[in-house]
Amino acid sequence: MEITEETIKHVAGLSRLEIDEKEIGKVTEQMSSIINMADQLSEVDTEGVEETVQVVDRDTVFREDKPEHWETREELMKNVPEQANGFIKVPVIINKDEDE
Amino acid sequence: MNYLNEDIDSLNEKLAQGTLSADKLAQDTVENIKKTDEKLNAWITVQEDAKPDEDLDFANNKLAGIPIAIKDNIITKDVKTTAASHILDNYIPVYDATVIDRLKKAHVTFVGKTNMDEFAMGSSTEHSYFGATHNPWDFDKVPGGSSGGSAAAVAAGQVVAALGSDTGGSIRQPSAFNGIFGIKPTYGRVSRWGLIAFASSLDEIGVMSKRAKTSAQVLNVIAGADDHDSTLSTRAVPDFTEYIGKDVKGLRVAVVKEYMDAVDGEMHEVIQKQIDVLKDAGAIINEVSLPLTKYVVPDYYIIASSEASSNLQRFDGIRYGYRAEDAKNLLDVYVKSRSEGFGEEVQRRILLGSFALSAGSYDRFFRQASKVRTLICNDFDKIFADNDVIVGPTTTTPAFNIGSEISDPIKMYNNDILTISANLAGIPAASVPAGLVDGMPVGLQVMAKRFDEGSIFQVADFIERNNKFYEKTPAGMED
Amino acid sequence: MNFKSTIGFEVHFELKTKSKIFSPSPVSYGAKPNTETNVIDWGMPGVLPYVNKDVYRLGIMVALATHSHILPTTHFDRKNYYYPDSPKAYQITQFFQPLARDGYVEIEVHGKKKRIGIHEMHIEEDAGKNTHGTNGFSYVDLNRQGVPLLEVVSEPEISDPDEGYAYLEKLRKIVQFTGASDVKMEEGSMRVDTNISIRPAGQKELGTKVEMKNLNSFEHVRKSLAYEEKRQAQVLLSGGRVQISTRRFDEATGKTVLERVKEGDADYRYFPEPDIAPDHISDEWIEEIKSSLPRSAEERYNQYVNEFGLKEYDANVLLQTKESSDFFDKTVAAGADPQLAANWMNTQVNGYLNDNRVELADIKLTPENLAAMIKLIKDGTISSKIAKKVFAETIANGTDPKKYVEDQGMVQLSDTSVLEPMVKEVVDNNPQSVEDFKNGKDRAIGFLVGQIMKQTRGKANPKVINQLLNDELQKR
Repeated sequence: MEITEETIKHVAGLSRLEIDEKEIGKVTEQMSSIINMADQLSEVDTEGVEETVQVVDRDTVFREDKPEHWETREELMKNVPEQANGFIKVPVIINKDEDE
Repeated sequence: MNYLNEDIDSLNEKLAQGTLSADKLAQDTVENIKKTDEKLNAWITVQEDAKPDEDLDFANNKLAGIPIAIKDNIITKDVKTTAASHILDNYIPVYDATVIDRLKKAHVTFVGKTNMDEFAMGSSTEHSYFGATHNPWDFDKVPGGSSGGSAAAVAAGQVVAALGSDTGGSIRQPSAFNGIFGIKPTYGRVSRWGLIAFASSLDEIGVMSKRAKTSAQVLNVIAGADDHDSTLSTRAVPDFTEYIGKDVKGLRVAVVKEYMDAVDGEMHEVIQKQIDVLKDAGAIINEVSLPLTKYVVPDYYIIASSEASSNLQRFDGIRYGYRAEDAKNLLDVYVKSRSEGFGEEVQRRILLGSFALSAGSYDRFFRQASKVRTLICNDFDKIFADNDVIVGPTTTTPAFNIGSEISDPIKMYNNDILTISANLAGIPAASVPAGLVDGMPVGLQVMAKRFDEGSIFQVADFIERNNKFYEKTPAGMED
Repeated sequence: MNFKSTIGFEVHFELKTKSKIFSPSPVSYGAKPNTETNVIDWGMPGVLPYVNKDVYRLGIMVALATHSHILPTTHFDRKNYYYPDSPKAYQITQFFQPLARDGYVEIEVHGKKKRIGIHEMHIEEDAGKNTHGTNGFSYVDLNRQGVPLLEVVSEPEISDPDEGYAYLEKLRKIVQFTGASDVKMEEGSMRVDTNISIRPAGQKELGTKVEMKNLNSFEHVRKSLAYEEKRQAQVLLSGGRVQISTRRFDEATGKTVLERVKEGDADYRYFPEPDIAPDHISDEWIEEIKSSLPRSAEERYNQYVNEFGLKEYDANVLLQTKESSDFFDKTVAAGADPQLAANWMNTQVNGYLNDNRVELADIKLTPENLAAMIKLIKDGTISSKIAKKVFAETIANGTDPKKYVEDQGMVQLSDTSVLEPMVKEVVDNNPQSVEDFKNGKDRAIGFLVGQIMKQTRGKANPKVINQLLNDELQKR
């Protein structure tokens, strides 16, 4: 199947990755060959076959509704690049819902 | 000291007799790692202040005071855990993975974290932010991957056992390339709590060691139910060391035609020889076919990359990890942190996965792959209805040269063709040394039905005792 | 040209659990930022979700109360999108196999009954909160991350804003009376998104949908829908096209304002959540939950009006919240006369709650104490005047009314053998009053009652005294 630069740019956007304009041709070519390798699966007849999304030997695994408090917030905040007053600080949002 | 000729039992004996103290063992281990790792680069973090627990009971606990290596995608509280990625190169976790918790309770000594392909994506340990690991048998060769650091560390005698993780062969392929034993247990056997997720439905933590018995001893400790991982089985965990020292008479061994066809020449001979050994010992050899083998690589790369594309979204520069310095707005934080923080291969997999899940591609790629996965599982079920184990080559070639495949992703992906199926089907599989080809080790892969790791230990230990590969010293480690 | 409206709703309810849906962090409100979180809520590397059983239980309650078909097998899925308050950059929800489908609620508008279909309902996790500063930064608090939500999606079967209002009222009442959610819009435990399209009468295919999210009240929903009906009609009549868009209701002007135009469908890359095994919901469990389901508002209303003989208005006041209805039911169960209990609940208790700005759960009054007090009134032990004092004490301090009345010597004096001599004495001492009485001045009796009340410190039973005084005065 044909993979265009636009497709790769769209997918990069969804993935929050940027591809250098100079590289886009090369990346598209490479991704195209990988995607076409993956597309070999279309040859397999899967008519009426169920999907397998995990191989587990259990189902309906529940936890009781018992709250537990994590000590401490400071510990959880330890790796935060920027914080203020117990909040995680982030540069302001533009294009808020561009994805929704 | 090094452990080229040691295992858990031999070290435990010295500790119990008092001819070696656990403190000295820890110190010597760290010193030897520092000395030998210049050539290997098997470690990302060495815990120079490694200290054994106190009041160790060597008589009743064989793991007490034994130094063990941990792959750097397994979360260790207060010890830097990077997944070999720039995006986590300063990340200090605030909790322990379940396997770490279990090993702590068994009083092993932690000496550090091993190198790997970034986020476990790769088959050569070249895709590490901390540089490639070298194969102790030939420093110009890759150690395999992604658990290449753990494999090299064991093969080079830096430690007797290491934890690795295996999503498509990441324990077995490097074990084969380094001439050691490595097992990927059944999906659901070992808790994934604290394993930095690559592909959640395929990831499994396992053990690597020179001798199969050592891995059995470690697996005994880390396996079993855990109330942090709801996909984990609650089945009882047998004592895997009970499968050591048995014969293979009457064992039904399947040999997959397509797997044998994937190797030729000397490599084929070495593998065939191991099968003959089993046959001569009274095992029943049945030739079987897995006609979908040619589709497992695409199937795996769609599923693994799709899950990975989602699993790796949390690395966004907001709550932890690398945040691009010059990010002016939110979109910048995301795009710059991720584009600068992830390596090329990781970005490639994210792109592939996002594509496979995106509107318009889902049915043709992800859904189709999930259906093919069902067919692959069914084929294994059929084989295991009449067989106890499947044996064959772990890889199609011995270790390749560093730099020889890194620019050709598809060639690199095809390295995994023989190991991937076990992850798709969730079955246990291991690699045990089979012999040398052109001076480099190759492995025999042993697969069994779900939750039957025991049969794998039985066959691997038998092979091991027969070919005595463990007596060999990697060329690079000879004084 | 005549237009027909098609209205749909997506309503989120916070399910009332003690801990979060996938982590054991406590669910609470008003806690300091990021204090009610753990490594799972943070989406730390290596963490895994673990499903809270009660989330299903509460969800199933709502499914049952809305006559929905509960799927025998459900599975969680991931909805992928980036936002700072979404730590994993995906929301765990149910997309392919939701909790339940094909339910309905029955509404009544302008005297006409109508069934509104429920397309599906699913459980999912809430996101954290992102507050924008004015300094170029925003601030993330993950306390709300992982609070369980139930999203109820209606069929597009609602044809005017009044029906929409009625649907929301009914849905809220149904959910409220399962006890599965607090259903408070002001606290965010009920959140309403609506969408509306119009089409010329006679046209089959639906028009272009306009969405409005997070409306503040049902009244705003009604107003914004009414405004949209007119606005979209004008657009079409003037030859324009309605845009696929999200609009916001502006309270000040009563108009809707364009927020953004949608370009194609969002690409959330939904796929099954591999970290959670499928969930099989057994018939036994459904039956168990069914048998524990609290009575619906409708059932209670019928009992209050038909069995207890309450006025419709009183019944509706009691049924405003599940808490007040439960309190009333318990009071009656503890032996109180239903009519008296309703009166006390709707006047004194509600008055107290309003005056003190508190809720039933926060006060010391128990249904048992209220019932005990009502029994004291009913059997004449205390007067309704004394009852007010008793009530004030009981509601403020939780005092047992019977004990309080005894301790304070508040028992009403009805014993004629005690009262008769007093009456005689008062009449003897007030000849002028006797005179007045004979001259037809009824006021005289009032004065004499007052004298006796003074002597008994208000404890004398006014009925009995009146009778005794009358008898005595007749004799003179």
